[in-house]
Amino acid sequence: MQELITRAKELLENGTVARVLGWKAGDLPYNPEPAYFTNAEELKDFVYNGFCGANLSKYMIEASKLEGKTLVCLKPCDTYSFNQLLKEHRVDREKAYIVGVGCKGKLNIEKVKSFGIKGIESVFGAEMTDNADTLTFQTIYGEKTCSYAEAMLERCHVCKGKEHVIYDELIGESKDTKDAERFAEVEKIEAMSPEEKFAFFQKELSKCIRCNACRNVCPACSCRKCVFDSTKFDSAQKANVDSFEEKMFHIIRAFHVAGRCTDCGECSRVCPQGIPLHLFNRKFIKDINELYGEFQAGADAETKGPLTNFTFDDAEPSIVANR
Amino acid sequence: MYKIAKENLPALFQLIAEDKELYVPVNNGGQVNFANWTESSQVDLDTLKSVKSPKDAFFPQSENLYTCYKDGKKIQIEPEELQNQNFVVFGMKACDVKGVEVLDKVFLVEPVDTFYAARRAHGTIVAMACHEPEETCFCKVFGIDCANPVADVATWMVEGELYWKALTEKGEALTAAVASLLTDADEAKVEEEKNAIHAIVEKLPYTNLSLEGWNGDVLSEKFDSPVWEELYKPCLACGTCTFVCPTCQCYDIKDYDTGHGIKRYRCWDSCMYSDFTMMAHGNNRTSQLQRFRQRFMHKLVYFPANNDGMYSCVGCGRCVEKCPSSLNIVKVIKAFEKQGGDQ
Repeated sequence: MQELITRAKELLENGTVARVLGWKAGDLPYNPEPAYFTNAEELKDFVYNGFCGANLSKYMIEASKLEGKTLVCLKPCDTYSFNQLLKEHRVDREKAYIVGVGCKGKLNIEKVKSFGIKGIESVFGAEMTDNADTLTFQTIYGEKTCSYAEAMLERCHVCKGKEHVIYDELIGESKDTKDAERFAEVEKIEAMSPEEKFAFFQKELSKCIRCNACRNVCPACSCRKCVFDSTKFDSAQKANVDSFEEKMFHIIRAFHVAGRCTDCGECSRVCPQGIPLHLFNRKFIKDINELYGEFQAGADAETKGPLTNFTFDDAEPSIVANR
Repeated sequence: MYKIAKENLPALFQLIAEDKELYVPVNNGGQVNFANWTESSQVDLDTLKSVKSPKDAFFPQSENLYTCYKDGKKIQIEPEELQNQNFVVFGMKACDVKGVEVLDKVFLVEPVDTFYAARRAHGTIVAMACHEPEETCFCKVFGIDCANPVADVATWMVEGELYWKALTEKGEALTAAVASLLTDADEAKVEEEKNAIHAIVEKLPYTNLSLEGWNGDVLSEKFDSPVWEELYKPCLACGTCTFVCPTCQCYDIKDYDTGHGIKRYRCWDSCMYSDFTMMAHGNNRTSQLQRFRQRFMHKLVYFPANNDGMYSCVGCGRCVEKCPSSLNIVKVIKAFEKQGGDQ
């Protein structure tokens, strides 16, 4: 982290960048927030640890409109989102100075709390320099521990890898955290009967409170005006009027980001109701892989996506329908 | 004071549900929220906070107001029936009960909101003391005692037994209805529990948060502060904070096209949304900074200005836990404190 701060100061001072987009220490040991820093004084509050899960690439849409370059800290998986935004002309490469930051898996505080750890006063083991496999919490109710790996976000268990796919420079080491198959959960659902599938999604989606956090955090959801915000559209954003609507919102969103979703996992990270929203997107990714050949959105900023590119080898609609 | 063993609670719920609707915290797919009790409900009284506050029981996220449909050449209008069944909300916490008091200030003053008033008239609140408060709690800042919930019935879970004390007429009536399951108890254990809770509250990181400088008279000073310009930036403009909040009371009214008529319904709205209070001439808050500022100004300045100094935050800490960007009202209060200190 210190190396990151030192470099950020240097780049601010020599005028390479006008601001730094990173994370600011929170007021609890686990709640840093995305923040801009414009000078050395402000950088005192800069933090980068296991709780910095937020993908900052979407903030670059707004930062691209600002004067001068923005130094943005991107984790390996965040760089896929940046590339995809670049491909869609939503961010300006010239306005970004990308520091690829190391990552050893990001933590999910909800997961920690699900182990019965509460009243947290401090955390040990979440710093980038900590190499322990265990997190230790000082709490009002005594000292508690849990395994770092078990407290990780779902996406880190199926990590895309330690490589940053776009960057100007790299700072910090990354760690392999993958310990599960990316499509295992999707396959479980595919194996269900139609009734079981329906019951599964009904149970999950009925928890939705239509807060729009999934949509607003999603780097692929970058429309200036969302159809669900339109007052001219019957299905405006604020409530699920019936059980049909609560499903439609998520299904329409999944269709809209199909082929563009990099599987960054932000939707599931932010859902206040713990809905595994990434499963929809991952199903689309799996289908695209099977129908059009392996494809990873955001792997580069040039390749046309399978759903936006016509070739004579494309799967016929009848084949899709017969599946 | 009465008590009932924890293992007898299903019998208690059964008895209450015989002639009343019963809302309890239920675990659905790993998330605890208040829901209608049925025999198969996975009741969870150990999780401190439901994801959403229980305000739905009185002010549901979405409710029909009336239905219009074509009847030949006429248009028929059918108003939605008001709540006319008694119901019980079991397991609300002291902060959530105070949240209802905030909603009362909005919906029970003239013109009275009949939908809300009918629910308040028919609802009995059984509140539970907070056995183990958490680091995100700050109810004490708003003068709330989480060891002593003020509701129709107050309860305490101590060593596998639920202690029960009626505090109002409605509470007495419910107590009489379930008397067959309750046994007499003395208050010694409850007093011990209260002391233990108070000792924990003193250790919570937000307990001594200062609200100095936040009142109904500081409108211009706070409104014009440059602090907002930095604060709002990480805000994603989602409605999470508003929808989990026990006191947010803003709603929108919309028409749902049924194909042969409309259902006019109201649903929670969020000041964080781009079309909040949009009118024919357009929107009076055009930037996220303005929308972000609105939420906190409302809770800490406008509401106290109109309600004898009562804040419309109860310190439940749900926004602290759920904001995707880790922003919240505590950080806002602290940011202003810091700015004040610099001057």
